[in-house]
Amino acid sequence: MGLVLTEEEKMISEMAEGFFADKAPAKQLRELRDNRDETGFNRGLWGEMAEMGFAGVLIDEEHGGSNMGFMEAGLIAEQMGRNLTASPFISTAILAATALNKGGSKEQKTEWLPKIASGETIMALALEEGRKHNPAATNMSAERSGNGFKLNGQKGMVIDGHVADQYIVVARTSGEAGNMDGLTLFLVDPKTKGIAIERTQMVDSRNSARIEFEDVEVNADAVLGEVDKGGDVLKAIVNAGKAAIAAELLGTGGEAFRQTTDYIRERKQFGVEVGSFQALQHRSAHLYSELEICRSAVLMALTAMDMDATGSELPVAMAKAKLGSVSKLAGLEGVQMHGGVGMTDEYDIGLYLKRIRVAQELFGDANYQMEQIASMKGY
Amino acid sequence: MSDFKEFRAEVRDWLAENCPEEMRTPMSGFSDACWGGRKFKFESKAQEQWMRRMAEKGWTVPTWPKEYGGGGLSKEEAKVLASEMKRIKARSPLSSFGIWMLGPALLKFGTHEQKLEHLPPIARGEIRWCQGYSEPGAGSDLAALQTKCEDMGDHFLINGQKVWTSYADKADWIFCLVRTDPKAKKHEGISFVLFDMETPGVEAKPIKLISGRSPFCETFFEDVKAHKHNLVGELNKGWTIAKYLLTHEREMIGGMGGDDMRPISEIVAGTVGLVDGKLPDAMLRAKVAEAEVDEWSYMLTMQRKLAEAKAGASLGADSSMLKYYGTELNKRRYELMMDAAGHDGLEWEGARSNDGDLARTWLRTKGNSIEGGTSEVQLNIISKHILRMPGA
Repeated sequence: MGLVLTEEEKMISEMAEGFFADKAPAKQLRELRDNRDETGFNRGLWGEMAEMGFAGVLIDEEHGGSNMGFMEAGLIAEQMGRNLTASPFISTAILAATALNKGGSKEQKTEWLPKIASGETIMALALEEGRKHNPAATNMSAERSGNGFKLNGQKGMVIDGHVADQYIVVARTSGEAGNMDGLTLFLVDPKTKGIAIERTQMVDSRNSARIEFEDVEVNADAVLGEVDKGGDVLKAIVNAGKAAIAAELLGTGGEAFRQTTDYIRERKQFGVEVGSFQALQHRSAHLYSELEICRSAVLMALTAMDMDATGSELPVAMAKAKLGSVSKLAGLEGVQMHGGVGMTDEYDIGLYLKRIRVAQELFGDANYQMEQIASMKGY
Repeated sequence: MSDFKEFRAEVRDWLAENCPEEMRTPMSGFSDACWGGRKFKFESKAQEQWMRRMAEKGWTVPTWPKEYGGGGLSKEEAKVLASEMKRIKARSPLSSFGIWMLGPALLKFGTHEQKLEHLPPIARGEIRWCQGYSEPGAGSDLAALQTKCEDMGDHFLINGQKVWTSYADKADWIFCLVRTDPKAKKHEGISFVLFDMETPGVEAKPIKLISGRSPFCETFFEDVKAHKHNLVGELNKGWTIAKYLLTHEREMIGGMGGDDMRPISEIVAGTVGLVDGKLPDAMLRAKVAEAEVDEWSYMLTMQRKLAEAKAGASLGADSSMLKYYGTELNKRRYELMMDAAGHDGLEWEGARSNDGDLARTWLRTKGNSIEGGTSEVQLNIISKHILRMPGA
């Protein structure tokens, strides 16, 4: 059932493990941060990821992708999580590719999918408007205007929005905020008149953007999918995002845990290794158990995504819920169990805590997922 | 795959014909289970019929070899059988420590003669077994056990005391850990022997628990004579079997969802009712969702670990992880059921509460994280064997 990796999947996982540890370790994120890098990730790395087939992981061969599938995408995301790798993988290879796969016309697919797979085009999903993930609350308007639409409103937390070559914008063409009906997706060039982009540095040293749209004119062929019926495609995009983030968090949380247990095995106080204290042992053993439980949840979510079952929403929400809360625990316990050095910038554990805080928030935190789960299950 | 399709159809037809209607309703508790054995009184004709019919097919122990009373099914076929039984909500035809514990140990460590003697009566529900492991001075530290077993030439002579022996007062035979070499180190010098509970010198006294029920006994042995051919494995090498069984037991306790296997949300919703399609208590609703996520992830982890173990990776200390997590989860589940039941869940006697079944079962689950090694012992094992913490 996908709970045990096949030989091929194991190979991909090991390949990704070696690749990211070698090409994009946490040190790279520090350099990007310390140099106040304008892009916020390493473009050379993204090129290499494209060559490895990572950028086209969800894109079929016909459109130049490697078509490896969701399990593989998750295994790649896990290794990126482990190394705190900054890249447009989530924004472009997962979110945009899913948007085009699910909603794109033949022409749109032909135009954009090969450019995503080759690493040439970076795309960003302009969805969020409020403090918390809430797609139905989308308020940004798209009014019919001449041959096309006029967009007005603002977006936030647009991952890679400061460097994207193309936006996928979620706007309301009918209905009211609070409803998934009446939403429409648009492919929009960031250079279009009326768009103001503010790069926002986030706590995890990654980038996203706040974007204002003022009377932004787009053609009718900019519509991705059907007018007013973007909700279903959007759900698929968000679902893909949740699954990939859950997989990333498995890596991030797992690595935070590994560094913590490595540390307490060595660190001495009162003449002994602090790892010999049962107070720390039991918390470590508990966290180990939680992370093992998490791995199963992620594997199941990825399997469900690959089966493309409409039934994947529940397992994906469950995995994101579980990973949201356990990775947070791993980050918190990590800093606490490192003691004083856990508060210093020198040690990586703080970087993990910060990335976890961001990733668990994306596409809804654990509370949000559980609310969704309860609703889906009818209680 | 097509073979399974055929097999599935066969199983389905057979079950339709042979599983009595009364055996397709949920059990109201462990007391409803069919345990078999010399002293067992069937609750109903249907219960007896169901056990006998299944036993005849070998399906009380589907994967055991046919010559030992099993069904000779492959794991895949057994899965098909289990899923077909689940589909019609068929009760388990026979529950026993013989099936869950002694059987697997004998299949692995027993001689052909021992298997022939002991396995078929287990499969047929004729002999009920209990496990003689813990002692007053050997609980979490099981290897400290003191029950003495002397080689008297033509027989063993056993003296000592066991405690927490599940259903010893109802069991026919015991599989027992005894000390055969008092001078050896504590893990060496232990042997694994089988004997009849009716042997003179054996006495089982039920222990009354906080639930008011008495599923466990204190068991005393005074000059008990046991046949030497009922030594399983080598003399003084019983710890190997004990460890194997403990691992098995941990998986079993960890996997024990309790009597009511429905999703916790369904149980809670059934108890408190929904208002506008939601559980009206938002905090309870959140806790239920959280528990459901954990139960789902845990169930998948059981499947994953067993699949990995099948593929050759030893489960090893991960059985401690499963035991720890599963039992803590089960305790949480019953806390939620009690929260949902409120005042009604507090009734201790009377037909309305089925003699306080929920409250008593809730109390019983408190032992889940104590028996088979406490949660703390499991965490120690994980620390030492998986995380390799210093001094652990």
